[in-house]
Amino acid sequence: MSNHLPTGLPPHKAGPDQPLYVPIKRRSFFMYAGATAGATALVLAGCSKDDDNNVSRIDVGSGDGGILNYAYALEQLEAAFYAQVRTSAYYTAAGTPAAIKQVFDDLALHEAIHRDFLKAALTSKNITPLKDLKTDFSSIDFSSLNGILTAARTFEDTGVAAYNGAGRYLSDNALLGLAGKIVSVEARHAALIRDMITYNSFVSSDVVNTFSPTLPANATTAYTGDGTPSLTPAGSNGNPVAGAERSRKPQDVLNSVNNFLASDSKLSANSFG
Amino acid sequence: MNLFKLISDLEQADPEFLDRVNPRRRVFKYLGNAGQKVTAATIPGLLASFFNKAYGQATLPSDVQKVLTLALQLEYLEFHFYNTALGVSGLIPSSETNGITTIRNDEAGHINALRGVLGTSAPSYLVTDFDYSGGGGTGTGPMATALVPNGAGNANGALFFAAGQAFSDVGQRAYKGGAPTLNTASTKDILEAALNIHSVEARHNSHFRTVRRAIAANALGSATAAAVSPYDNAPKSWINLIDSGGPTAPSTSNPKPAAAVYNAGNPAANYPAESNTTQATVDLTTINPAYTAAAVSEAFDEPLDPNTVQTIALNFTSVAGKAKGLFQQTF
Repeated sequence: MSNHLPTGLPPHKAGPDQPLYVPIKRRSFFMYAGATAGATALVLAGCSKDDDNNVSRIDVGSGDGGILNYAYALEQLEAAFYAQVRTSAYYTAAGTPAAIKQVFDDLALHEAIHRDFLKAALTSKNITPLKDLKTDFSSIDFSSLNGILTAARTFEDTGVAAYNGAGRYLSDNALLGLAGKIVSVEARHAALIRDMITYNSFVSSDVVNTFSPTLPANATTAYTGDGTPSLTPAGSNGNPVAGAERSRKPQDVLNSVNNFLASDSKLSANSFG
Repeated sequence: MNLFKLISDLEQADPEFLDRVNPRRRVFKYLGNAGQKVTAATIPGLLASFFNKAYGQATLPSDVQKVLTLALQLEYLEFHFYNTALGVSGLIPSSETNGITTIRNDEAGHINALRGVLGTSAPSYLVTDFDYSGGGGTGTGPMATALVPNGAGNANGALFFAAGQAFSDVGQRAYKGGAPTLNTASTKDILEAALNIHSVEARHNSHFRTVRRAIAANALGSATAAAVSPYDNAPKSWINLIDSGGPTAPSTSNPKPAAAVYNAGNPAANYPAESNTTQATVDLTTINPAYTAAAVSEAFDEPLDPNTVQTIALNFTSVAGKAKGLFQQTF
């Protein structure tokens, strides 16, 4: 599949023959031309023949087990990232503030716990867990706080959008409940990381559909939701509503996170679109 | 109003938008079939039916409707609180005004979204339907100074931010508790919308906690002030065990008014306290010595049942609000 890079992700390992933005334009155009043409364009744009360079993909599977393995893959990636942060030049430097190191210690623990929990959950359901994925963090600058935070923001925001977009595919409500318990913690992470990069950017317009309310003139008039939503996501596949996060579908997420996985660990989610 | 630009924007925002309106995507035919000349004057009404067709549902399952109505009531609770605070001169430090404005606007957006799903018969609430003192209508509850600049316990808005933390944690736990009810074949889009609101509540909560750390460290505007154990006054951006009962209020009779926000719901087996360390029958502290109870509890937020949510929220409901049935649905 093509690399549909969402806003905020650095271009990574895009070959000269991979037109990153052209397919999106085509897609927009064809949607006006009608349903059949649009769907065809989507398929064509999504699967240009030289895109994959014959690299195989490990599919996460189908059904609830597929979503569990998909979550397991994302948590493996995050856990590996924060483990590397804790051995980075920035983290180990003498002057790094204790409060910042504490944040990274917490994040590393949370994500490792998520990873091990999901593996245990898969095993208990007699579903074969994905293998231990090999990561490729060569695009990340681990020597500076900004480099680490920028990558962390990508991982956390992607994680939230991924869990939000995956919920609808779960049929077991116990699993939906567990996903809910994890995703809000990912959202806490994302908000703090974003505030550490730019204060007050915890729900900025690149991840949340902002809303400008039209407020009543006085306190005796009820507010009934008047206002102007800004529903302009790039790469969103969810059901956009005002003041809400922009969920993403599994395959869209994996097209992004594959940039951080080694060639023998790249993933697909063909059952979920 | 540029109708065509709006449709095009919506379509980019939601690739399935035209499918929602009409499976055959003959949106312009639909508009033409409305049987009326499209003029500037008729566009608003036309748009309303257009959006209703896309996102509204004629009849929601009653348990879905109740979950969404509770969510709407909680959004009004938060919206009026932040909106009121923004109008109180000297309450919110200038470094925090943008953040609180954004949060207020998000809550307004949630009201917009939920009313869009529930339809025009959805209830609406005035600021006077709430009692932000936490006194359940007395006006003299433990949080009475949360909207008073430099009131007791409220230097730099400390009590206001404490209340914001508690409200948004109730919100995230309530949405989490309601999500399974929304997971029906015909309400998957509603489920996804609710999940997308749920994570925004958690982002808000993280920010409130970040601000509270900064206030405790006298470092307003900084996101990197240290969290201080036992985390009731200078919390982490995530919930550590039960945060020692949550924020402390300047009240001798009820110094921990938010304790129920972090405790177990009912039944506790399904709605454990935030200090829970067992997930899907696995005690996660047993799988690795590094996984302390504190770390495991931080890594998972817990759902809350609607009755417990209502019990908490009724403390913030005025006599007028109670008369309207606010937070009194039967679950």
